[in-house]
Amino acid sequence: MDCPVVWLYCGGYIMAFNSNIPEGPLKDKWTDHLFNMKLVNPSNKRKYKIIVVGTGLAGGSAAATLAELGYNVEAFSYHESPRRAHSIAAQGGINAAKNYPNDGDSIYRLFYDTIKGGDYRAREANVHRLAEISNNIIDQCVAQGVPFAREYGGLLDNRSFGGAQVSRTFYARGQTGQQLLLGAYSALTRQMKTGNVKFHPRHEMLDLVMVDDKARGIITRNLETGEIKSHAADAVILATGGYGNVFYLSTNAMASNATAAWRAHRKGAYFANPCFTQIHPTCIPVSSEHQSKLTLMSESLRNDGRVWVPKEKGDKRKASEIPENERDYYLERMYPSFGNLVPRDVASRRAKNMCDAGHGVGETGLAVYLDFSDVISRNGQEWVAEKYGNLFDMYKQITGENPYEGPMMIYPAVHYTMGGLWVDYNLMSSIEGLHVLGEANFSDHGANRLGASALMQGLADGYFVIPYTIGNYLASNKLVDIDTNHPAFKDAEDKLKESNDKLFAIKGSRTVDDFHKELGKIMWEYVGMARNKEGLEKALVEIPKLRKEFWKDVKIPGSETELNPELEKAGRLADFLELGELMARDALNREESCGGHFRQEFQTEENEAKRNDADFTFAAAWEYKGENQTPELHKEDLNFEHVKLTTRSYK
Amino acid sequence: MQINLKVWRQENRQAIGGYKNYSVSDVSEHMSFFEMLDKLNNELVRKGEDPIAFDHDCREGICGSCGVTINGRAHGPLRGVTSCQLHMRSFKDGDTLVVEPWRAASFPVIKDLVVDRKSFDRIMESGGYVSINTGGTPDANAIPIPKIDADAAFDSATCIGCGACVAICKNSAAMLFVGAKVTQFTKLPQGKVERRERVKNMVAQMDAEGFGSCTNTGACEAECPKEISLTNIATLNKEYLKASLC
Ligand SMILES: Cc1cc2nc3c(=O)[nH]c(=O)nc-3n(C[C@H](O)[C@H](O)[C@H](O)COP(=O)(O)OP(=O)(O)OC[C@H]3O[C@@H](n4cnc5c(N)ncnc54)[C@H](O)[C@@H]3O)c2cc1C
Ligand code: SF4
Ligand code: FES
Repeated sequence: MDCPVVWLYCGGYIMAFNSNIPEGPLKDKWTDHLFNMKLVNPSNKRKYKIIVVGTGLAGGSAAATLAELGYNVEAFSYHESPRRAHSIAAQGGINAAKNYPNDGDSIYRLFYDTIKGGDYRAREANVHRLAEISNNIIDQCVAQGVPFAREYGGLLDNRSFGGAQVSRTFYARGQTGQQLLLGAYSALTRQMKTGNVKFHPRHEMLDLVMVDDKARGIITRNLETGEIKSHAADAVILATGGYGNVFYLSTNAMASNATAAWRAHRKGAYFANPCFTQIHPTCIPVSSEHQSKLTLMSESLRNDGRVWVPKEKGDKRKASEIPENERDYYLERMYPSFGNLVPRDVASRRAKNMCDAGHGVGETGLAVYLDFSDVISRNGQEWVAEKYGNLFDMYKQITGENPYEGPMMIYPAVHYTMGGLWVDYNLMSSIEGLHVLGEANFSDHGANRLGASALMQGLADGYFVIPYTIGNYLASNKLVDIDTNHPAFKDAEDKLKESNDKLFAIKGSRTVDDFHKELGKIMWEYVGMARNKEGLEKALVEIPKLRKEFWKDVKIPGSETELNPELEKAGRLADFLELGELMARDALNREESCGGHFRQEFQTEENEAKRNDADFTFAAAWEYKGENQTPELHKEDLNFEHVKLTTRSYK
Repeated sequence: MQINLKVWRQENRQAIGGYKNYSVSDVSEHMSFFEMLDKLNNELVRKGEDPIAFDHDCREGICGSCGVTINGRAHGPLRGVTSCQLHMRSFKDGDTLVVEPWRAASFPVIKDLVVDRKSFDRIMESGGYVSINTGGTPDANAIPIPKIDADAAFDSATCIGCGACVAICKNSAAMLFVGAKVTQFTKLPQGKVERRERVKNMVAQMDAEGFGSCTNTGACEAECPKEISLTNIATLNKEYLKASLC
């Protein structure tokens, strides 16, 4: 069965929960779908207003492309400029199946690697489309003037990332996200100039507005003045990024949050696989209680760096004093064919195991070495600086130590969230008219994302998928004419003001950061790298308790009608305090280990993740049932017709 | 260690701001400058005072959100480093730091240390792009680009749009910022097609926003956290001259 349709009775309405995967052979699905979808007449496009929330890679590329097509776009971001989005921080690169190095890559191989890397918990059809589109993205970016790295002959250079044995990652030194975002931003500013995009900087979406069960607008708060305002449209796109900051410490930007997605969830959008979080193996270890965020050292470093720990437990000697034969290059030892380039979940777990077993290094014992001495002596410092210069500088800036002289110390940290709002093949959520792109949706990475695939997915969604599928939605639906005078807007505005008043009225004794740190500790301890039933049940008690405490004792200074970062943070934390609970519930429900979700009860004798395909080959889509109510689980069965489900092996 | 701060406080755009003194104790050398401000802000909130507003997001030196002047230096005392990457080990116990927002007519203060840099976006809108739509582009390897040009384009493209160059310039010139974008595109075949129009439009917008003109002091290059070089301004001038002549 290709299209599982589940009819659900939901608050008086019958709603379809349908992946809408097109019929036909895998490799023709997208092409056929492109032909079968309805088009909006070019002269009519102007009449449709589309709201795009978020102008990172996914939202920026979508807003620009929709405007180029002639739609009337309003874009919103809590940042002062689209160029500030978290996408800017992506370092390592972006994948595509160009096969420029002639090393055997193909669309099918990228598809296969992504499905396998995701531990068989993603939709085949979506992932195949992603692989097909990947090549167009590189063409597009080069045409925009993105200065990718090149070889001496003038052609584009590639490097390798984890989970792949081919070199398919395009990069711009260690600043690929910056260059791609500036590309999308340039396309967007061009449309801002024409007036096809109206951009609202420093505007935070705080609610979704529905009319006749369709997404028809949003409520925003102007972060500078505090003004609460309604915006109506024919369709709404969320491209609001991931929710890794639920852990407090993560590699995400400080303001990254789940509010837009969560508030849409409260309005009926299903949240899928919330427990699938990615812990990245190569981050700078935590150094003190005051730490506000963690810094990634790009995975690309594993191309040339070798991971090791001392063979002797508790060895306190300096790295330089430990002779070669007393070092354990454990990834190379355990996984001879992938070596240091095993996927992230495997590398992270192994680092944790090594440290738990007493081999960790550094003051805290929660770190392993990433050593470049081999490559430096082979190719010279200059060669290394050319490839990784900014990362080495960043490491030095943060730790005060020079990684050209001794190995880096690294430890896993929360990095990316594979889970997100559930979407169908057309990137539409379970709310009609609400589309979700980029890290905010759950679509393509299954239980583990491969390196350099998020940028690919965000740009695929924005440049090449949504411009067509949203046209199909608009052309297929007769939407009633509404504006912001519709009572649904007034109602949502009132509720929002009420909730802000409630926050101010608490006048408690603890700061938002206090609560956030505490939530982060619970999440890391019980819903982090290794999970078990007992811990998850504990989290399900602790998180609601903390949430109650928050609503009783948080202290928000200042007023509503001014730039008030504490108020912004409080609203976001309130949502994290609900999302965290759903993550624990989802993790408890999924009685298997797969990808980034590792349940200690379910592992092989060699401590690898042990999936349970018979019972868990589904995407878990959770439906909100009201405050403090148990959410309802809907299962979207995943059907694998091309890839055989096997135990992942990187040995 | 103990750090004394003299911080610019300004309630909103209209308000007249002024300095306020604070002292932060138990500052560890491992903290970043912003983590020290976080600590102070949490203390202020607990005391019922208004915390200090400042822009920041990535805290990795790449998003360009942050930017404060510390003791007269844009982004603080170190070269090639943004405010968010500055660590307290750069300071000593008992130091007094004067912390101000960017000062430039084209960057009005919104609150405390937060300024409005929309003028930068408007300059980009005037021409900081290649005028192509999505789709229909040639294969990425269709046009080889000499590595030396690609690398040079990249060096200019690393500008994070923070505005330090403007803040430190006695003329509040934005020429390093504009020069970086113009240079990036002149190095690439994709950007060369529109080079004349681009440079004229971007310079016109820069003037309309009220940014000053460069008098070759070089403070911008010295304070730019991405070490964008003055040759970008030279290229800007050359391109502008060429474009105006034909
Ligand atoms: C340090 C780091 C390095 C990475 N490196 C790589 C890499 O090398 N390769 C790779 O493929 N991936 C990488 N990733 C992952 C990748 O960068 C992200 O997954 C991706 O950029 C997300 O893009 P996005 O457009 O979905 O969201 P974002 O870039 O996070 O953009 C979110 C946008 O939504 C806006 N927004 C959010 N909520 C609201 C709201 N309520 N109201 C208004 N606006 C809102 C924000 O202002 C912003 O504009 C990296 C991630 C990190 C943290
Ligand atoms: S040129 Fe340098 S100082 Fe100026 S905006 Fe760009 S990065 Fe900042
Ligand atoms: S916070 Fe992003 S550059 Fe400083």
